[in-house]
Amino acid sequence: MNWLYPTLIAQDAVDADKQAIMDRLSELNNGTSVPESAIERTTDPSASYWFPEQASEFAADIDFLYYAILWISTIFFIAIVFFMVYFCIRYRRRGGVIDPQPSSSHNTLIEILWSVGPSIILVWMFYAGAEGFFDMRVERPDAEEIQVTASRWNWVFTYPDGDSSAELHLVNNKPVKLIMQSTDVLHSMFIPAFRQKMDIVPGRYTYAYLTPIMEGEFRLACTEYCGTGHSKMRTMCKVHASKEARKSSTEWIEPEHPAWENGERIYKINCSGCHKVDVAATGPQFKGLWGKQEELIDGTKVLVDENYISESIKYPDAKVVAGYGPVSKMNSFKGKLTDADINQVIAYLKYLNDPDSVSNEPEGIPEEAK
Amino acid sequence: MATEELRNKLFSTPETSYLNCTKGWKSWAFTLDHKRIGIMYLIGVSLALFLAGGFALALRLHLLDFDGKLLTDDQYNQAFTLHGAIMVFAFIIPSVPAALGNFVLPMMLGAKDVAFPRMNLFSFYLWIFGTGFLMFAILSGHGLDTGWTFYTPYSIETETGVIYATFGAFILGFSSIFTGLNFLVTINTMRAPGQTWFKLPLFLWSLYATSIIQVLATPVLGITLLMLIAEKTMHIGIFDPKYGGDPVLFQHFFWFYSHPAVYIMILPAMGIISELISVYAQKRIFGYSFIAFSSVAIALLGFLVWGHHMFTSGQSPMVTLIFSAITFTVAIPSAVKVFNWLATLYKGSILLNTPMCYALSFIFLFGIGGLTGLFLGALSTDIHLHDTYFVVAHFHFVMVGGTLTALLGGLFHWWPKMFGRMYNDFLGRISCLLVFIGFNLTFFPQFVMGSRGMPRRYASYDPEFQVFHQWSTYGAMVLGLGILLAYVVLVYAVFYGKRCGANPFKAASLEWQSSSPPDFHNFIHNPVLVDPYDFESQVYDEGLETYIPREFADPDKVKPRKEPVHH
Repeated sequence: MNWLYPTLIAQDAVDADKQAIMDRLSELNNGTSVPESAIERTTDPSASYWFPEQASEFAADIDFLYYAILWISTIFFIAIVFFMVYFCIRYRRRGGVIDPQPSSSHNTLIEILWSVGPSIILVWMFYAGAEGFFDMRVERPDAEEIQVTASRWNWVFTYPDGDSSAELHLVNNKPVKLIMQSTDVLHSMFIPAFRQKMDIVPGRYTYAYLTPIMEGEFRLACTEYCGTGHSKMRTMCKVHASKEARKSSTEWIEPEHPAWENGERIYKINCSGCHKVDVAATGPQFKGLWGKQEELIDGTKVLVDENYISESIKYPDAKVVAGYGPVSKMNSFKGKLTDADINQVIAYLKYLNDPDSVSNEPEGIPEEAK
Repeated sequence: MATEELRNKLFSTPETSYLNCTKGWKSWAFTLDHKRIGIMYLIGVSLALFLAGGFALALRLHLLDFDGKLLTDDQYNQAFTLHGAIMVFAFIIPSVPAALGNFVLPMMLGAKDVAFPRMNLFSFYLWIFGTGFLMFAILSGHGLDTGWTFYTPYSIETETGVIYATFGAFILGFSSIFTGLNFLVTINTMRAPGQTWFKLPLFLWSLYATSIIQVLATPVLGITLLMLIAEKTMHIGIFDPKYGGDPVLFQHFFWFYSHPAVYIMILPAMGIISELISVYAQKRIFGYSFIAFSSVAIALLGFLVWGHHMFTSGQSPMVTLIFSAITFTVAIPSAVKVFNWLATLYKGSILLNTPMCYALSFIFLFGIGGLTGLFLGALSTDIHLHDTYFVVAHFHFVMVGGTLTALLGGLFHWWPKMFGRMYNDFLGRISCLLVFIGFNLTFFPQFVMGSRGMPRRYASYDPEFQVFHQWSTYGAMVLGLGILLAYVVLVYAVFYGKRCGANPFKAASLEWQSSSPPDFHNFIHNPVLVDPYDFESQVYDEGLETYIPREFADPDKVKPRKEPVHH
């Protein structure tokens, strides 16, 4: 591909001192490591001219649709340009004599045909795109829940065991649900090799779902403009063969207490007056609350998830469960509990449902190996 | 039949025209003449184009190296913001309607002026004030670093000149509303007697559709920007999650205007192309009513697709699905226009002069711009492509390859009418070639970068993409050179161009029945109402060396009409 280089300086520099460039890239990326594919395109066979590796389960489908649209468009485009150029040569004005030949300036049949014909293709494109989209936006069973916290200009990934890292570490073929939160402005998580992207909106949780299907190191970038360091808000996503391999692959940031323990403490200080663990009191009971479909006083139903819990702590009047209120109104804890506190309360709720889901024990590693 | 004396009076170059009938700067600054206001707008938007183009070149030079050192990160962010904001608000939106449209629209109706000349001048001064506020954001040292979209909550937190800039955009919005309102009323009420809706040139249909959008959508932008200012200064809690607001709501409000605004940019450009293709092929436009209604269809559908800018924003999947479906429907009227233009070329008598070269270049570039929209309308591919260089390339193909190319084509087409002088056609075509090559070189590599995963608005990037960025930068230089050459050719012609007659291109729309340049009153006679695409209605006059309406010609020298073609 060298001939594609308009100046050879870049290629020479790359060849001459790859390590220096890798170091510089790492420096530009908050010190996280950088894969070789950042310099030289990946040679993985699943990568094609237009795309990087197909590292998630839906990547191949998306690429297929992309190439289908590409070919259909190319055929249309070539036809348009062919007729344009042909007419311009065939019917060019010769010797300054203006003599257009008589031809119809209206033909309902043709006009309806070339309106309806493409429409049919468009309907297919819409359908295929929508189908692929729902694959990317539905929850996977048994997904590992990883919290993504984006702030200017770095990423923190927190795993079910409470450990966190500055790079995203996944296990091959293990579905994940990314629960994403921003501490400041809009961000967006983009992993080109996974073809997955989702904005991270301050004030709410957004989710992204995927299953990595290839081991390796992939780029993860912020794609929603977030200020000075936007282009430096890049990190890595590493996909490991197994949980064990993941555990030993990096230095983890380990919390003193697991999140649910902190959550329990916050619960005891702030919530336990009205919410009991095992029994409904002034407010709904905590055990069994997580993931439940609650009926509200206006008859609608709501799923108890991150967004609902967070909203109910900050704005308790917004969605009141049937049978509670309005006499015994809950106070707002907005300003009293931070987003981090709320996350810990959520971890506690999850723990009450299923203690294993938020265990702080390293997963999959036998006790004696620790 | 008209005497030779009358012919000379009506169609030869006049001694006094709108350009020199009054003199002194005040006669321009306080003019109510739509032609002078159009010229002043043209100068204004051209300066905005060069300023914002300068920012673009700075960006491209910075991106030559993956670790570019030309600008700091902050300077880079400011440069792309100002490039976008000035291009969109001060250049593209007013370019075709307010500059070319102002000049041409009343004359196409055979009218003396627009319906509200004072409002027209006011609109121009609002443009100056609005652009002035945008400039103030730069010159005051605050700068602006939000991106032209002003997304919250970043725009609330940043300490750059968001308030100046949004207030500038707010004022520019009023300028746009006034132009739109003026055009709507003018087209509704001031058509020449007998000029029915279906005898309007298609450029006017597209301006009419554009004006509807300007009048209906722009107020939403105004309100949104005021709310943004209120949020920023008083924290009223609509857009900032810290105060209970919702940042996604801002995106809805913003795109509710800014998506239709895309059609404010492209519809008039399509109108120009319809004129150019038929005049330079000397063929009645194919499928007049389909083209006319497709403009209106695009304008109306344009209001229903704003959510396709937000597929990854966290709006609900159902909403996302609906917006994707409606987005695909917009593709149809756009495609219909392209097919109709091609069918117009069929069996024509095609003159490949500068305006026609720009028109053909438009079809090529807009074709790519439109077709790449399909990748972004389809949901699953959009998730991958959103906020990458693919999107950057797509909308530049539509707005630069589309609107700017059409604007240049329109300028070359109407320049002899505006100034009574012909430009150097060879150099004009060279400029078109440079713009075409430079443009493709700049933006085609960006498609590849985008789908390979290069995000937008990045001051530094992975070396993997460096080769594409370099192609892009060299292309941008050629593109800049091409645009500069086009302007040099045009401006040179104003002073040194060869005099040309009333209608050098054998066009049939009414503006060509005035002298070149036109009289202050546009027409010193009542123009003869002819179908704008009936080119047989114009005949060559050897004495005047230009085309004139058949009714004024010397009956002894005129060839009879060919058998009229029925359709």
